[in-house]
Amino acid sequence: MTTVVTDNCEKCRFTDCVTVCPVGCFHADGNMLYIDPEVCIDCSACVPVCPVHAIFEGDDIPDDKKHWIQINAERAPNLPVIEDKEDPLPTAEEKKAALGY
Amino acid sequence: MSHLGTIDNPLRVAIVGSGPSGFYATEALFKSGHTVHIDMFERLPVPFGLVRSGVAPDHPKLKQPMQLYDKIGQTPNFNFLGNVTVGRDLTVEQLRKTYHAVIFTCGAETDRKLGVPGENLLGSYTATEFVGWYNGHPDYRDRDFDLSSEIVAIIGQGNVAADVCRILSKTVNELKQTDIAEHALDALARSRVREIHVIGRRGPAQAKFTNRELRELGELEDCDPIIDPAELDLNPQSIVELEDKNNPVSAKNVETFKSWGTRGAPTKSKRCHFHFFRSPTALKGAGRLEKIVLEKNRLDGDPFNQSARGTGEALEMDCGLLFRSIGYRGLPLAGLPFDDKKGVFPNRDGRIINGNDVLPGLYCSGWIKRGPSGIIGTNRADSVETVQSLLQDLANFESQAKPGAEALYPLLKARNVRVISYADWRKIDAAEIERGKAKDKPREKFTKISEMLAVL
Repeated sequence: MTTVVTDNCEKCRFTDCVTVCPVGCFHADGNMLYIDPEVCIDCSACVPVCPVHAIFEGDDIPDDKKHWIQINAERAPNLPVIEDKEDPLPTAEEKKAALGY
Repeated sequence: MSHLGTIDNPLRVAIVGSGPSGFYATEALFKSGHTVHIDMFERLPVPFGLVRSGVAPDHPKLKQPMQLYDKIGQTPNFNFLGNVTVGRDLTVEQLRKTYHAVIFTCGAETDRKLGVPGENLLGSYTATEFVGWYNGHPDYRDRDFDLSSEIVAIIGQGNVAADVCRILSKTVNELKQTDIAEHALDALARSRVREIHVIGRRGPAQAKFTNRELRELGELEDCDPIIDPAELDLNPQSIVELEDKNNPVSAKNVETFKSWGTRGAPTKSKRCHFHFFRSPTALKGAGRLEKIVLEKNRLDGDPFNQSARGTGEALEMDCGLLFRSIGYRGLPLAGLPFDDKKGVFPNRDGRIINGNDVLPGLYCSGWIKRGPSGIIGTNRADSVETVQSLLQDLANFESQAKPGAEALYPLLKARNVRVISYADWRKIDAAEIERGKAKDKPREKFTKISEMLAVL
């Protein structure tokens, strides 16, 4: 079982997810967030709080987003942990509207 | 006088309750940039609340936050006072005088009642009792559940109901290498339970399970999920709910139920039946539970606001054992106001209030603040909010130094309370892990307070 952040997070970074993570497994670059699968406990607390539904778990990861499993695993450990809410990126509201949320 | 929150005059905070909310409040205070000393009070000798005694034994990954709590527990400015009951060994007023602030994170320790005749018959229990029993909580380890009944009813359709259902339907093989309490594994090995009925007052679209927990009930070694496809017909309001993009869990749950409805004949030795639109109106039996009377419901109201209304149509079902899992409730604590309707301490953003008045220095977080909703991580955001309120109030606190636990140890000693330190807990922890090794279990919990103290 794996929980991953996918492309909907790009240019958004609302960071609501990090506030409910019980183990601090989110990492961030300037563009989006990633989950460290070695630390994540697959509790799914983050899944429903994402305003753009960027986070998927296990069997629910759509086929066309499966490559994010590897991207999360590769990038997360090399980026700083993010545990506290930050302002969304300036492009966030525009992206959210474009996604239909 | 030194500024409050500095090395010479640390902010002294008492936290009452050692579950997730208590540890996340501690974490937030330690990250605040101020010098903070925390004394955490816990009525049991062992910490971690529902992560230790609520999370099901077959979900070990969900217990991993304990590693984070353990790191916090070993921080120099953190002090644990286990085996101390606030409200009995110490009063709220004593804490208020001894600390700059007190945060209550004591959870929701009791269950909501069905409020129907026969609720207290032998054979009718709360999910809390059963969960506490299989998890080795000292309050519940001596409960004697009669598992000789073949038919069990679980009232409620949330994740606790799913946990109870799974533990009742799993084989000993599926459980024996978990940290389930030994007495529970022995009793479950002799269980004759075959038919488990999981009963909800509303429909499949309103069931509160998270989808993973629900799907798990369809993947058990020796138990088939059973559902009558006719019960999966949805009213237009429920279809609106499922089509809402912000409600993906309910849509997935209905998909899962549908897949079970078309599975074909059951082949396994146990069955878990899902029933919707039914509320218990009475429990019947001569001395002990024999039958449950259910009333058929219909849904009434707008999408996302539909409630169950009885139709008057009653049906009876044989059942020898019943667990109600319809929500937890907090308990009042002497010296604090209590919202009896919600079962929480009345509060504004975590500041405890009495009517419209904020009670200075008194805060709450977790289930005793917002009611029993959400999962472990939900409490992190909740405790961060409470700590933000506390830090905003800092300027109003008495700036004089407070003594903290040093002033309380003599009082506790005079009351013959054996205070358990964090180092003591680590010894108990190591002994439990050692006891588990021979059985290939992550730990064998001590389930009596006397056994825990005997390690020290």
